[in-house]
Amino acid sequence: MTIDNNRRNFLVRSCSSLTALWVSAHWPALLSAASHARSAAQSPGTTKLEFFTPDQAKEIDAITSRIIPTDETPGAHEAGVVYFIDRALTTFAIDNQKIYREGLPEMQARTHELFSALDQFSAATPEQQDEVLHSFDEQTAGARRPYRPRAAAQSFFDTVRLHTVVAFLLDPDAGGDPNGIGWKVIDRERQHMFRPPFGYYDQNYPGWQPGSASDKAKP
Amino acid sequence: MNVEQPKYKTSDQVDFVVVGSGAAGGILAKELSENGFRVVVLEQGPYLTEADFTHNEIKILNEDLLTNHPKLQPNTFRKTPDQTAQPQRALVYGRLVGGTSVHFTANFWRLHEIDFVERTKIGPIAGTGFTDWPITYADLEPYYTKVEWEIGVSGLAGASPFDPPRSKPYPMPPLPTKGSGVIFEQAARKLGWNPFPAPMAILSQPRPGRSACINCGFCLAFGCEVGAKSSSLASAIRVAEKTGRCEIRPNSYVHRIELDANGRATGAVYFDAQRNVQLQKAKAVVISANGAETPRLLLLSANKQFPNGLANSSGLVGKYLMLNSGAVSVGVFDQPLNDYKGFAVSRILHDFYEMDPHKVGFYGGGGIDARFDVTPIGFANGGLPPGTPTWGKEFKHTLAHNFTRSMEVMSHGTSLSLESNSFSLDPELKDAWGLPALRLTYKDHPDDLKLAAWLNARALEILDAAGAQKKWSFPIEEQQFAVHLLGTCRMGNDPKTSVINADHRTHDVKNLFLCDGSSLVTSGRGQPTMTIEALAFRAADRIRDLAKRGEINA
Repeated sequence: MTIDNNRRNFLVRSCSSLTALWVSAHWPALLSAASHARSAAQSPGTTKLEFFTPDQAKEIDAITSRIIPTDETPGAHEAGVVYFIDRALTTFAIDNQKIYREGLPEMQARTHELFSALDQFSAATPEQQDEVLHSFDEQTAGARRPYRPRAAAQSFFDTVRLHTVVAFLLDPDAGGDPNGIGWKVIDRERQHMFRPPFGYYDQNYPGWQPGSASDKAKP
Repeated sequence: MNVEQPKYKTSDQVDFVVVGSGAAGGILAKELSENGFRVVVLEQGPYLTEADFTHNEIKILNEDLLTNHPKLQPNTFRKTPDQTAQPQRALVYGRLVGGTSVHFTANFWRLHEIDFVERTKIGPIAGTGFTDWPITYADLEPYYTKVEWEIGVSGLAGASPFDPPRSKPYPMPPLPTKGSGVIFEQAARKLGWNPFPAPMAILSQPRPGRSACINCGFCLAFGCEVGAKSSSLASAIRVAEKTGRCEIRPNSYVHRIELDANGRATGAVYFDAQRNVQLQKAKAVVISANGAETPRLLLLSANKQFPNGLANSSGLVGKYLMLNSGAVSVGVFDQPLNDYKGFAVSRILHDFYEMDPHKVGFYGGGGIDARFDVTPIGFANGGLPPGTPTWGKEFKHTLAHNFTRSMEVMSHGTSLSLESNSFSLDPELKDAWGLPALRLTYKDHPDDLKLAAWLNARALEILDAAGAQKKWSFPIEEQQFAVHLLGTCRMGNDPKTSVINADHRTHDVKNLFLCDGSSLVTSGRGQPTMTIEALAFRAADRIRDLAKRGEINA
């Protein structure tokens, strides 16, 4: 799947939002999930998983780690995304339990189908993992309805992808990952107020001056 | 706030019930109560204040805490009246005290003289309801000035050679220039155009009880935590409350206007927070519920006297809907703009506000702005170039590179009024209160789409002249999601072709007034809230004069 450039989806996603529809109606629970993910990430090993078994969590962590991989900068794993999703599935995203319950075994089966020595997604190499995910991704892309905002992500991989992006980029001061890892990765500063100049292009800007009124012919 | 608010009984016959507390309702409440009238404002949404408006992306992304809720208030959509509408989220508006003015972008353009008289100037357009307003720019000018000074608009008078005449400068200087504004200004000047500081309903200087903008970066879709955005909540409502004559009653969902045997409005029937039905009695009713909910309320109020809906003898209630046309292009630059900091828009141009249809081959005109208005999650899901993977290393790297280096160039333009474009009652779908859901019927006039494409070509020229590393546009397609809700109870002198007169009084019910986006006759070139507020100030004067002369219920 690639980014589509549907104008309306952009608007809907940006302000009032596909993502918004997805998170619909459960924001206190979502915040709870976020703070749960925060404490889980802060004290790994002591966390009680509420939906996933430890084995399942390892698989989901591996999937989210291919969606936002760790390379020269941290990724979904460091941001504790799997804990966010675990909590989400017992609260605001409870309707998505079935998608995870059915989707994960299917992904493991696909892993085995493609790489017969493997039964676990997390046991595959990153390259193999990407191959497995691409095999789902293409199906997802074909199923899209481009002019209709979806009330929820429709497939397992699509759902995990959306959950991962949201968990990674949540405002760190509104329940996102405690270290603001996602915002650091995209260079989004965390201050509550800013003063100009904001960036490179306005730093030496002298201020607005009247231009020579154009006599270019108007259409 | 709830400062010194009176608590009227529903059985008290107050002077005015105002339905809705947004851009228009807030101002009408302020003006009428300041003029000595007893006013009850019935707002369907909650009363939230600055303390509730955190920088909480989830809360806003999710919440519909500030907006109409798709589960409680579902909608349907169809392109044309011969189709059966299908369930789909079809509109968004602010559903709280302050209305849509709480979460809007705050672009505050005045209409120009041409917007009021364009039909006379260029002639009729077949198959449309294109017509002149019963008032002119000159009639509205003092009220535009009033909005700028009383509600709070920052800008620079005289900066645009295309600006209409004005009686006073802006009360405060423009907001800072963002990176997107600098890039836009320099590129547009290279092209021979006239970019200028965007007039914004956001404070560049503090006012009593309100901070200047702190450039927090959570503007569009968010409520302002420091009162810098000039919502009705931060401005007019607070003044209305201080009169001691105005009660703001939140969680009050009006679904019928009550009439007596003489066809006079006697009050507004609403569901309270516990969903009990209440009737607030009043001598006169003003509906400012927005361009979707105002016609819906009139249609819901149909009775034996008015079988097609209240004040609908013209048959035009809900019709001639205009959404404004538009287009968006995105550019990515070499260096960080960090345009997520601050409000959305710092530069616009109006060189193409008025165009000759014979030269360009279509009707219309518009403005173009430089902006960045998305949150990180929104950007990751919709702001990357087409073809970018949605996961994996390339996704992550493109996201990390582009977030600080992207800007949008957005075009805003006219919509032609078509009778078939409307808000109406869905015959089947009901909301959570059991009332018929809003049905949107909309198909853009071909000229609106041609205009959007034409303006977008100029936007791409700007990004080219600016040396964008990469640029792309969102496809221009027929709209099926409504934000600007205009023209659905249009103003006019002829009761056969309009719903209200120039005093905002319905032609059919003497003590019923409508004022909001539904009143507009033409769409303007985008950014309608400034005009809605100017109309509200003017309507308040007209209504006051009628009341003082004893003519409302005469």
